[in-house]
Amino acid sequence: MKEITYADAICEALDEEMAKDENVILLGEDVGIIGGNFKTSVGLRDKYGEWRVKDTPISENSFVGIGIGCAFTGLRPVVELMFADFLAISMDQVANQAAKLRYMSGGQVKVPLTIRMPIGGGRSSAAQHSQSLQAWVAHIPGLKVVLPSTAAEAKGLLKTAIADDNPVIFMEHKMEYNKKYLVPKEEYTIPFGQANIVHEGEDLTIAATSNLVIKSKEAAQELDKEGIKVEVIDLRTLVPLDKETIINSVKKTGRLLIVDEGYLNFGISGEIALSIMNDVFYYLDAPIMRLGTASVPLPFSPALEFSVIPDTKKIYGKVKEIVG
Amino acid sequence: MTKSEMLRMYEQMLRIREFENQVFELYKQGLMPGLAHLYIGEEAVAVGACAALNENDYIVSTHRGHGHLIARGAETKPMMAEILGKKTGYCKGKGGSMHIVAYDKGILGANGIVGAGIPIATGAGYKSKLKGTKQVTLSFFGDAACNQGTFHESLNMAAVWKLPVVYIIENNLYGISVNINRVTAVEDLSVRAKGYGMPGVTIDGNNVLQVYETVRKAVTRARKDEGPTLIECKTYRWKGHHVGDPATEYRSRDEENEWKAKCPIKTFESYLLKNSIAEEDELEEIKNSIINEIQKAVQFAKESPYPEPEEAFEDLFA
Ligand SMILES: Cc1ncc(C[n+]2csc(CCOP(=O)(O)OP(=O)(O)O)c2C)c(N)n1
Ligand SMILES: [Mg+2]
Repeated sequence: MKEITYADAICEALDEEMAKDENVILLGEDVGIIGGNFKTSVGLRDKYGEWRVKDTPISENSFVGIGIGCAFTGLRPVVELMFADFLAISMDQVANQAAKLRYMSGGQVKVPLTIRMPIGGGRSSAAQHSQSLQAWVAHIPGLKVVLPSTAAEAKGLLKTAIADDNPVIFMEHKMEYNKKYLVPKEEYTIPFGQANIVHEGEDLTIAATSNLVIKSKEAAQELDKEGIKVEVIDLRTLVPLDKETIINSVKKTGRLLIVDEGYLNFGISGEIALSIMNDVFYYLDAPIMRLGTASVPLPFSPALEFSVIPDTKKIYGKVKEIVG
Repeated sequence: MTKSEMLRMYEQMLRIREFENQVFELYKQGLMPGLAHLYIGEEAVAVGACAALNENDYIVSTHRGHGHLIARGAETKPMMAEILGKKTGYCKGKGGSMHIVAYDKGILGANGIVGAGIPIATGAGYKSKLKGTKQVTLSFFGDAACNQGTFHESLNMAAVWKLPVVYIIENNLYGISVNINRVTAVEDLSVRAKGYGMPGVTIDGNNVLQVYETVRKAVTRARKDEGPTLIECKTYRWKGHHVGDPATEYRSRDEENEWKAKCPIKTFESYLLKNSIAEEDELEEIKNSIINEIQKAVQFAKESPYPEPEEAFEDLFA
């Protein structure tokens, strides 16, 4: 193992895939000379040249479209949106084009396109640079949706995303970029659709996404000391969703808390809860509960921002509430 | 241009005209699900432009796409079957009139979202540039699409990166019911090219030879890595916006008749005869064979089975 940051892990995944396959290219704002707004492509332009690592103008909808045209005609592009919030600008190409073109063509074409973007609050970036919009994309048939928790997860999942022949929305948590993690030294990938149990327990299951997996694990370690054994599942990918792992865990624990940083209202947790209800209903000892971001635009001041997004303390409190 | 190349263009324009006439018939007979946007009156644009391409080049089309597809060599049987929602259609009944893809002909797709094909065409150009394949992409779109952000964004990127893409505006004066003069202050849309740093030209879109010559030059330029061109073809759609639009409220019969007098097919036919390039009976023979072919396409489409309901769940992911 070696210790690297989440941003470095992404950079390594890009580097390895670009070295392996010359059809892999990177397009986005500031991805070239400065190596990305969050330093996730440092050195790649020097190594692979300006046509494989392209600084684009501020034209999100059309450079996602260019990625689609490249993917259609044999390349394997990675397109970076500087913030997930800019999905709103590019949504036609994402939701009406990338997601649908293979299906509408009756399977004639494929769209091996990865669209990367940072999500999440915690940096006082306010309402237009902090959203976790996984529900927007998971709602659209034809898109795969990936939310890596740690650096090791980010690297292994990004390599799988790039090799996938379908459009993949790859959502990185911006509070993670500078954090260091242990990552395997040798090459590895992590398959889609296989959730990962990061902490075992018998009393309650937490199904979490992105960096709330880490926070759930912190809460679980705290709860361990009190004799409350929490099982924490890193969902890894929302599409495809590994329901099996959640269902099996809930059958064992009888309790489920779903934790995701997207807005709670009409978000992914409600969907996950109901999509497994038939399988777990008679095993439940408590109603399924959830934690998410309150339905207000993300406020700027830390005093406000941290009050509306989930954190370790809120997870801890919620578990205590459920376990009783 | 050789005689056989000219006759091929004549034949392609007729093929489009007859195909569209039969689509309209199928609609009126209640056999066509949904709607279709007919290309009648605009045939010279698609045919002239596609005649300038090599076999491995690409095109990207629009909601009014039948003409582009036929001009690029798509087969009329699977096209007609797709339009009727049949299993034997190009997209197995999942796309319909507005979304036909014929990937084996380099047709990257018609598109239901106005202006959305422009960046996709630009991406195909990016690939050709990166790989040095010398393939050129034609991006077709309407006058109304020129007011989408994708038009501006894509032409800007194509120009600054010198991508091998030729952008073809089909200015048929209307976006549904709205005359382009009511939503756009410039008379010739091609003047916008200057703002992006590429050549722009406005031509008679009903003159197939002029379209061919202009697009050929632009394609040659693109192939030599000299960058994109914007070509505005002035033309007119004879029918309503789609098969269900009688076009009675927003334009005059006089205007329609004026344009019908400039029929691209009739004009070219006169040219062929006057310059003794072809004889009357030769052209007659072509007409008959086209009528025959389209009849077969209609029959094929009618007789083809619908997809099974389970097929709705196929082809989502590769
Ligand atoms: C983004 C978007 N807005 C509106 C529509 C509805 N619509 C379909 S075709 C059309 C007019 C397009 O006009 P133009 O681009 O000039 O092409 P034409 O139909 O004249 O060939 C409109 C408004 C659409 N399909 N997509
Ligand atoms: Mg128009």
